[in-house]
Amino acid sequence: MKNSAVQSAAAGRAGATPLFSARDVTKVYRTGDVEVRALNGVDLDLYEHEILVLLGPSGSGKSTLLNILGGLDHPTAGSIVFRDEELTQFDEEALTDYRRRHVGFVFQFYNLVPSLTARENVELVTEIAENAMTPEEALQLVGLEERMDHFPSQMSGGEQQRVAIARAIAKRPEVLLCDEPTGALDSKTGILVLEALLAVSRSVDTTMVIITHNAAIQRIAHRVAFFADGRITEVKAIEERLQPSDISW
Amino acid sequence: MTVLDRKILRDLRRLWSQALAIALVMAAGVATLILAVGAYQSLEETRAAYYERHSFADVFAELTRAPDHLTQRIERIDGVVAVETRISESAILDVLGFEPPVTGLVLSLPDHRMPRLNRPYLRMGRFPDAGSPSEATVNEAFANAHGLTIGSTFSAILNGRKRKLTIVGLVLSPEFIYAIGPGDLVPDNRRFAVIWMSRTTLEDIFDLEGAFNAVALKLSHGASEQSVIEQLDNMLERYGGSGATGRADQLSHAFLDAELKQLRALARIIPPIFLFVSAFLINMTLTRLIALEREQIGLLKALGYEKLPIAFHYMKLVAVIAFFGIVIGIALGTRFGQGLTRLYSEFFNFPFLVFARDPAIYLLSAAVCLAAAAAGAARAVFAVVRLDPVVAMKPPAPPRYRRTWSERHALLRHLSQMTVISIRHIIRWPVRAAFTTLGVALACALLVVSLFSFDSIEHMIDVSFFIAQRQDATLTLAERSDQRVMHSIANLPGVMRAEPFRSVPVRMRNGQHEKLLSIQGKPRRPALSRVIDLDLNPVSLPGEGLVIDERVAQVLHLRRGDFVEVEFLDGRKRAPRMMAQLDGHADEMQLPTSRVYVPIADVIRSYFGLSAFMEISALGRLRGEGPVVNGAFVQYDRNRQTEFFAAIKDTPEMAGIGLRSVSLSKFRETLEKNIDMMVTIYAALAIIVAVGVVYNSARIQLSEQARELASLRVLGFTRAEVSRVLVLELAILVILAQPLGWVLGYAFSWLTIQGFSSDLYRAPLIINLATYAWSSIVVGSAAILAALLVRRRIDKLDLIAVLKTRE
Repeated sequence: MKNSAVQSAAAGRAGATPLFSARDVTKVYRTGDVEVRALNGVDLDLYEHEILVLLGPSGSGKSTLLNILGGLDHPTAGSIVFRDEELTQFDEEALTDYRRRHVGFVFQFYNLVPSLTARENVELVTEIAENAMTPEEALQLVGLEERMDHFPSQMSGGEQQRVAIARAIAKRPEVLLCDEPTGALDSKTGILVLEALLAVSRSVDTTMVIITHNAAIQRIAHRVAFFADGRITEVKAIEERLQPSDISW
Repeated sequence: MTVLDRKILRDLRRLWSQALAIALVMAAGVATLILAVGAYQSLEETRAAYYERHSFADVFAELTRAPDHLTQRIERIDGVVAVETRISESAILDVLGFEPPVTGLVLSLPDHRMPRLNRPYLRMGRFPDAGSPSEATVNEAFANAHGLTIGSTFSAILNGRKRKLTIVGLVLSPEFIYAIGPGDLVPDNRRFAVIWMSRTTLEDIFDLEGAFNAVALKLSHGASEQSVIEQLDNMLERYGGSGATGRADQLSHAFLDAELKQLRALARIIPPIFLFVSAFLINMTLTRLIALEREQIGLLKALGYEKLPIAFHYMKLVAVIAFFGIVIGIALGTRFGQGLTRLYSEFFNFPFLVFARDPAIYLLSAAVCLAAAAAGAARAVFAVVRLDPVVAMKPPAPPRYRRTWSERHALLRHLSQMTVISIRHIIRWPVRAAFTTLGVALACALLVVSLFSFDSIEHMIDVSFFIAQRQDATLTLAERSDQRVMHSIANLPGVMRAEPFRSVPVRMRNGQHEKLLSIQGKPRRPALSRVIDLDLNPVSLPGEGLVIDERVAQVLHLRRGDFVEVEFLDGRKRAPRMMAQLDGHADEMQLPTSRVYVPIADVIRSYFGLSAFMEISALGRLRGEGPVVNGAFVQYDRNRQTEFFAAIKDTPEMAGIGLRSVSLSKFRETLEKNIDMMVTIYAALAIIVAVGVVYNSARIQLSEQARELASLRVLGFTRAEVSRVLVLELAILVILAQPLGWVLGYAFSWLTIQGFSSDLYRAPLIINLATYAWSSIVVGSAAILAALLVRRRIDKLDLIAVLKTRE
């Protein structure tokens, strides 16, 4: 079913202030004598409440950009402005604070702490964040209120990823960064996870970046950026967005 | 409780067996520290309090006879705050129902007042009435050993007359905390007694009216003991003074000092071993835990956790383990300490002796343990701090293996792939392999240290009681006499052979080094009490010159051929009448000194006391006297022992008797009791270390190699074959650890020996091959046990789950 209410209006509005503004971002890794250029002059603006999909093959630099946006990594060159602040100027302490206040992460392999229950994994964040929702609220948003006291080992992959989503949004982050959130899941479970992602991002009014190499997923976004060899080759607004239940792979 | 704290508890539940192993090793460190420091403190503080309350003297001197009014002159010596004179004599006692003669030390108590110094502690009854001829107060240990109590009687030969004495009181004395009889190596309360009687009674018995033959001084704080002793010696020289001594040479005090020295050595050697091993175990386990949790650490950083709280999180985990180690260690240490204190109270006579539970000791132990834990955790936690969140969340690169020269070696090419895996694993983690080896080696060394004492003591016994001494009894005469006394001794019933000896107290000096000891004169070729050289062969005494033992040579810096200054301390014995004439003019009299230079003819071996020997007639010549004797070594017919003992008890000339076999069995019994306890404790602790190290190593290997091992299982290898990879690696390390353990054991034993040796006794460093073998067997068994525990985990390895684990 096509959703006419959700148009691409949010995307690419000329004159709107971007939440993130990346200019000429370059990242070079050195391992021994080998130099790997993971990002090679990336320019990208990201607007508030936007859903952006970064699409591209493995090794094209998507994750590197995501890590830099999330304050996990420093670019080798270039600038990233987040709400008038230059991220590349942040020292480690400031980056930690930035992650703590503004960013939520969802990883491909969920990265739950195995010795903590679902509720406790979410508490990890709510304990240190300001203005966080309760772990129960967060888990309710992803439909796991019945499984709150289960350990990761007692949950399916999809459930684990939903816990990870609850953990990411519990602090009401301004930006939610998702690295292959469905990469480890089958298509049916993946769709459930995408639905959860969309629902919670709407409820906390967050900007969301989703990395994927799965082309089908681009249809749920406002815009899609194509990655190849460390560059963005094309940014495209999605004219007709689909609900996750309408896509398949 | 924060979520991270809950994680700690769950991590601990998961790692409980490893955490327990570490906590137990830590507990061993804490326990030995509390044991050694606590026992040290208990002994030292109790002794100090006892000395203080009962005015234990600082300087002691014996003499032949001095008039009472000399006391005032002694009091005027600068630095002396109190003087107590008394009569001190030895006596042979006869206790009903006890065949061997008992050697007694008879001391006077002032009439109508308590002594100013060395006040006995009255346990029961009362002190003897002034002038009572038969009332005596005895040391409690002697009374207990014979089942004597108030009202019991025994006989004593006092100045040649046998008297019946009645016990009116039982006492303890700060002078006889360690009550050891002449010629004995350990206290034997059945054969040695201290008897206190009224001063006037003893003056009558020993013809010492208005005189004394022993004096004790208390010095003011900061007074020079050396200077007081010199002045006192000068004053007493004409009264037959045999050289004043400070506390350090007071027998009971010296034995306690030796024990304290051993405890200090124990505290310095043993606990650090355990704490080092536990620090290493913590490092090993935590490093692995952090390796396994690197993604979680990266995640926490990604979520906005700062470095310090994450580092603190792992520190807390270690702190919890240390907490358990401390609690178990405190419980064990207190128990061991109480056991040791009980043991002490068997041969140290204190009015009270409780194991010190000074909070400071516990705090110190806890702090030391935490410090060791923190040191162990530091490197691993530092790695957490440095871990980059992006890197952390990527799986670690596979460990880099490379072919080493040894693998290219033709011989090693024939090894199976399984063996190659084990060897590569050791080479890949050389530091851990080295630490595991060191940990196992330390366990082995601990066993060597605890077991070697048996070897050393057996050697001491063999040399002293079998190679050197062959007499059955050592008789001491009340007065020195000429050689004719040997006839009477040889004619005692049952005596088969008798050999005279002459003992002369001297001060030996070489430059600034000096020592008080006795020169023992013996026949040229003693057959009963032999002199043994460094190669354990009997030596003949030269026609002139001294034969000294290694300790004396070491203390005085003497070598064979050197000359040593000898000052005879019994040289001024004069008849009472003559002394009375001299009295009052003493200061003006310039008496000839009795100092001579004597060559050192030989250096020999002896493990007890300080020995200096000389051919008896050469000694006599040096003294300008004829052949004088003050005792005899005797061999007697065991079948006529009863008659022999009875005769001794009735011989007025006898002042004391030492019995070799009784002395030896008492020595064995006492030491074995002491050593058995220490060996049991140490062996248990060594096993804990061995199991702890091997088990932790194996668990970590298993955790690292689980995928590898599971893959092998999938490829069709059996459980036994797969276990072999792990067990082989451990076996190689455990085997490599043995020679290192022996070397370390030797080194620790050497250190322990240094802690043991004193003027009173020296243990030789003798370690039998069997000791090394037993140490390795015990450590090897502990390692096998640990390997079996881990083997069970390999058997239960969930193949699918392990292979699915992303790492």
